[in-house]
Amino acid sequence: MAGSQWELPPELCCRPMAFVALTGLDVVYNAVHRAIWDAFCANRRADRVPISFKVLPGDHEYPKCRTKRTSYEWYIPKGILKTGWMNKHLNLVPALVVLFYELDWDDPQWKEKQSECATKVEIVRTSLQGRNTKVAVVLIQKKTPLPPGEDLVASERASALCNSCDLSGKSLFVLPHTDHLVGYIIRLENAFYEHAQTYYYTEIRRVKSHKEFLNKTTHQLLFVRHQFKMAFLSELKQDTQNALKYYRAAYSLVHELRAHETNMLEIKTMAGFINYKICRLCFQHNTPLDAIAQFRKHIDLCKKKIGSAELAYEHSAWMSKQFQSFGELFDEAIKLGLTAIQTQNPGFYYQQAACYSQDRKQMAQQLCQAGMTYPSPDPLDTQSGGLDFYGQRPWRQGHQSIDPTDPEKEKMGILALQIKETDVPHSELIIALLSNAVAQFKKYKCPRMKSHLMVQMGEEYYHAKDYTKALKLLDYVMCDYRTERWWPLLTAILTTALRCAYLMASVKDYVIYCMELLGRASTLKEEQKSRIEKNLFKVLMNKVPEAEAECDPASVSAARSLWTDRMALSGSNEVMVDMQDYIPFIQCKARFQSPSFHVDQPIQLQVFLRADCPHPVSFSKLTVSLSNQEYNQWCVAESSGQDSMTLLPGKARCYDFSFVAKTEDVGKKVEMTGVEMMLGSDSGRCVFLSWRGAGGDAASTQEALQASRSSRRWGRGAEARQEPDWDSLTLQHSTMIISRVPKIRVQLCHQPPALTNEMYCISLSVQSQEEDVARDVKLTAGLKPGQEAGLGQSTHVTLDGSSVCDDNAPALLTDVPLGDLKPGEKLEKCVYMKCVSTGPRVFLFHVAYSIDTAVEGRHIVCKCHKDETVTVETVVPFEASVKFVSTKFEPLERVAVDIPFLLMTDVVSSSPCPLLLSSSCLQLQTITSNTPQLQSQLQQVVLQTGECASECFCLRCPPGTSSSNTVATGQYVISWRRKSSGADSPLIQTTVSLPHVILESVPLYVYADLPSFGRVRESLPVRYHIENRTAQVQEVEIAVDPSDAFMFSGLKQVRLRVLPGTEQQMLYNYYPLMAGYQTLPQLNISLPHCPTSTSPALRRFLPQRIFVKPQGRQPDDASIAAA
Amino acid sequence: MAVCIAVIAKENYPLYIRSVPSQNELKFHYTVHTSLDVVEEKVSAVGKSLADQRELYLGLLYPTEDYKVYGYVTNSKVKFVIVVDSSNTSLRDNEIRSMFRKLHNSFTDVMCNPFYNPGDPILSKAFNGIVSGMMVQTS
Repeated sequence: MAGSQWELPPELCCRPMAFVALTGLDVVYNAVHRAIWDAFCANRRADRVPISFKVLPGDHEYPKCRTKRTSYEWYIPKGILKTGWMNKHLNLVPALVVLFYELDWDDPQWKEKQSECATKVEIVRTSLQGRNTKVAVVLIQKKTPLPPGEDLVASERASALCNSCDLSGKSLFVLPHTDHLVGYIIRLENAFYEHAQTYYYTEIRRVKSHKEFLNKTTHQLLFVRHQFKMAFLSELKQDTQNALKYYRAAYSLVHELRAHETNMLEIKTMAGFINYKICRLCFQHNTPLDAIAQFRKHIDLCKKKIGSAELAYEHSAWMSKQFQSFGELFDEAIKLGLTAIQTQNPGFYYQQAACYSQDRKQMAQQLCQAGMTYPSPDPLDTQSGGLDFYGQRPWRQGHQSIDPTDPEKEKMGILALQIKETDVPHSELIIALLSNAVAQFKKYKCPRMKSHLMVQMGEEYYHAKDYTKALKLLDYVMCDYRTERWWPLLTAILTTALRCAYLMASVKDYVIYCMELLGRASTLKEEQKSRIEKNLFKVLMNKVPEAEAECDPASVSAARSLWTDRMALSGSNEVMVDMQDYIPFIQCKARFQSPSFHVDQPIQLQVFLRADCPHPVSFSKLTVSLSNQEYNQWCVAESSGQDSMTLLPGKARCYDFSFVAKTEDVGKKVEMTGVEMMLGSDSGRCVFLSWRGAGGDAASTQEALQASRSSRRWGRGAEARQEPDWDSLTLQHSTMIISRVPKIRVQLCHQPPALTNEMYCISLSVQSQEEDVARDVKLTAGLKPGQEAGLGQSTHVTLDGSSVCDDNAPALLTDVPLGDLKPGEKLEKCVYMKCVSTGPRVFLFHVAYSIDTAVEGRHIVCKCHKDETVTVETVVPFEASVKFVSTKFEPLERVAVDIPFLLMTDVVSSSPCPLLLSSSCLQLQTITSNTPQLQSQLQQVVLQTGECASECFCLRCPPGTSSSNTVATGQYVISWRRKSSGADSPLIQTTVSLPHVILESVPLYVYADLPSFGRVRESLPVRYHIENRTAQVQEVEIAVDPSDAFMFSGLKQVRLRVLPGTEQQMLYNYYPLMAGYQTLPQLNISLPHCPTSTSPALRRFLPQRIFVKPQGRQPDDASIAAA
Repeated sequence: MAVCIAVIAKENYPLYIRSVPSQNELKFHYTVHTSLDVVEEKVSAVGKSLADQRELYLGLLYPTEDYKVYGYVTNSKVKFVIVVDSSNTSLRDNEIRSMFRKLHNSFTDVMCNPFYNPGDPILSKAFNGIVSGMMVQTS
């Protein structure tokens, strides 16, 4: 009973529903009745009316109704609310009794059945004597009824039945037992619900009517009782708005009651009940703020109503229950869709409930002394086994005066209650509440609140002596406080955890908590640290540590024996502790001296250790493990005999290690995988402190960051200090082993830029500055990998400079052996590069060799190499252009077959250095030379930058190739080299493709023979040749236009015929009249039968102008003589 | 007046925390620490609305049965927390605000000290004096 004393009664917490009793149903043996009953009970979802049904036998005895009081004048109430009242109205007194009776309208024995039914109704009425409970009759019929009004027999018999049973027509129902049972049932229950509501309405009116008889002096309790009853009946009626109104009235009335020590519990109990109902209804009405406000008011009003001092814990228990039940209501509302927020969620109420439970526990411990004998006879025993009124004392029920009747009895009662309280599992209650709160705070994003509650849970488990669970919880949250750096809180938690570990005799946990409590994060006082450190040493020596302060003496002695057992056990005396997760009392920082070491240098690493505890710490071994385990043997420090390794408090100590790297590890990283320190000895107990990587712990990163911001670093005397600043020591957990520094000189000599297709020479000289023979010198030369993708194909490297290399030569020559190199010796090598395309290129020259050397007395073979890179720009050496022109040097659009024309070439040097054009040649195609031999006009020509070399060739397209197609004409090849290169260096052939030409054939070809110049007033004979290139006879009309500059003789207009393949000649004698460039008289040629070949087309073959010199002077001219 | 005053670093560790000596110091530490949940929530909610003129005063963080906890966040995300006894109804919002302002001014002075390294615990006597003036006097 003790635990449940504070629980709210279930009839208070349930949702009140109208109570309807069903009689006359035989649900066990009658299948039809069973089906009807099932239809009533099954699927009672929210859309069905809220009724609670119960099947009762027809002759069921309902609770007797007490005779109604007519006057309250001499009545003194004994309490506020009877304990049975709510249950009575929920489950015992129905609002409606329904009698089920099988009877069809056309039943042959109608008369008998009708009177039997009437008897049954009468029996029910009798047992409900004095109550307002309604009675209804349901006729179970086999036939489907006809529509109302059609069945005359039915309506007649129905009214007869109503008369005989004394029922109103509204209380008689027919239930045809057909297919649509559920539908009929739902209609029935809706009708029942209406009846029930009328019943509760009259009940409320009845209770209300009592009010006028009451007076305020003696009937205060009744005011509360009646309001509560009206509210509860309203709830049964499903009128929650009015219910809330009545409850609120009841709540204010309950606080108007005269409160004294004897009735305090009763008042609080009722206030709690009413408050619960109000809050519940507020949440139901979706007004959570009203609920919260009501609850706050309730708490503020009741907080100070402690009641009897001897039972003060009861108040805390009651308060705790208030908070808990409100939290549950809140939580319930959230499940139904209410949204809570971070600062207003059920968690706070559970937390407060837990808080009051803790108070209750404390007070109970103070007030209830153990060892008292339970009084006899039991004052808590009542005749009925329970209480008559809520919240009263069993030994003085119904007692309402200020002073207790019997002081002795009162004393005994209190003692009995106190003894009962000692049996209450307080910690369990507290933990349950806390874990509820934790769940809520987790949901509403309060990680710190959650941690705090988990600490409380852990502490509660500690009090409940469940150390394993306590440690589990504390260990879990410790980490949060550590990362948040709240040292005072961490220290407090660690202290509790240490006690748990001690009481459990858990060596590893004990060691860990000791180490962290001794560390720099602990806020313990020096003497406490000193005590803890001594304990830690005891454990290391395999002795029993001293008890922690504030531990229960009984538990301490149990722990002592546990420790002794543990010590006696041999083996398992090695403990491994991972330090990274804690802030231990020994700090470790390890670093390689440098981020990289040459393979011929010893690798050096330092391990710094510092103890933060009050007494010196000695340890026996320090090891560093590295990623390559072969080096581990060099990184061990062990104390030998008296030469112990001791850390002084607050002083950093440095341990140096060094080892020689293996040559295979060149280019690899060496990492520290861990640092391990051994405390204690093999004889006692060993604790291995292990740091992953290069040390550091949960707090060191932040400290290093803080130190780096610090202004102290630049402060005075930073250099003067002997010891390094601990916080600014940085970890260097890995180092790179790199190859030995080469002692050779590599020089490159070349003349940039490179020219396209040229064999560009870079001469390399390697000089050894080693003191020993450099063996296996190898050269890798060529295009540096990792440049543009296309460069590899357009670059070729060779060592052979005597001929132009082909496209198969690689872009990078690898590992060309150069032999050995003696000290001081010099070696030269030329490398040729052929770059097919322009642009910059990076060339790499990598000289590698191996050499014997000694490091710290060990002989090793080192591989060294030296890289040189050079960027070379490639440019075009010259621009070559070619064009076709006519014999008149006019640009040609098309080339006429079998008519001579000219090819002009220009080579313009764009190279910054002089070029030597050795020769050029034409490789003709389709067309042929007009001259018997094609001689190159470029022989050993030197071109400076910007200079141009031109050639001209006279060509002709041979007859018979008559086609108007475009044809290729051949190539122009230039052989050249850099002028500065040696005579034996190869010539480079650059080929220029000649442009394609369009061929045409002319039907008539006209050309003129004329001298290169004329002279004024001297005859100038001109012969025109007219050639017929067709296979037909051509008729030609020739006319000569007159000209101002010339007089002429010959045929001015002629018409002649030219036979196929022959030519006609026309001779004219021109007589120039003016000097200078003069236009010749125009020859108009037309072919009457071939209009396409017109005069302008033919005229292009003829010269247009001629230079006419002035008349020569006589040699005896005076002016010449004068000159 | 306040029963506990705390200054919390940007990284949420305490720079300064002081409470009335008569009561359990650890309890106040827990109260201040748990209030950071609400502070963080409020600060992140402000960040979303992109208000550049941020109100530094966060108001009442959460009420417990015994105490009221108020918060304030500087622009550099240093938090001030003031815990007041619930029974002390004389303190209005305005008074709390002015307490925070005073605290902020004094904190600024601490930060201006060239010998103070931001992030270190505050040991300034002047600051301590200002805080003492705001605490409940227990004699």
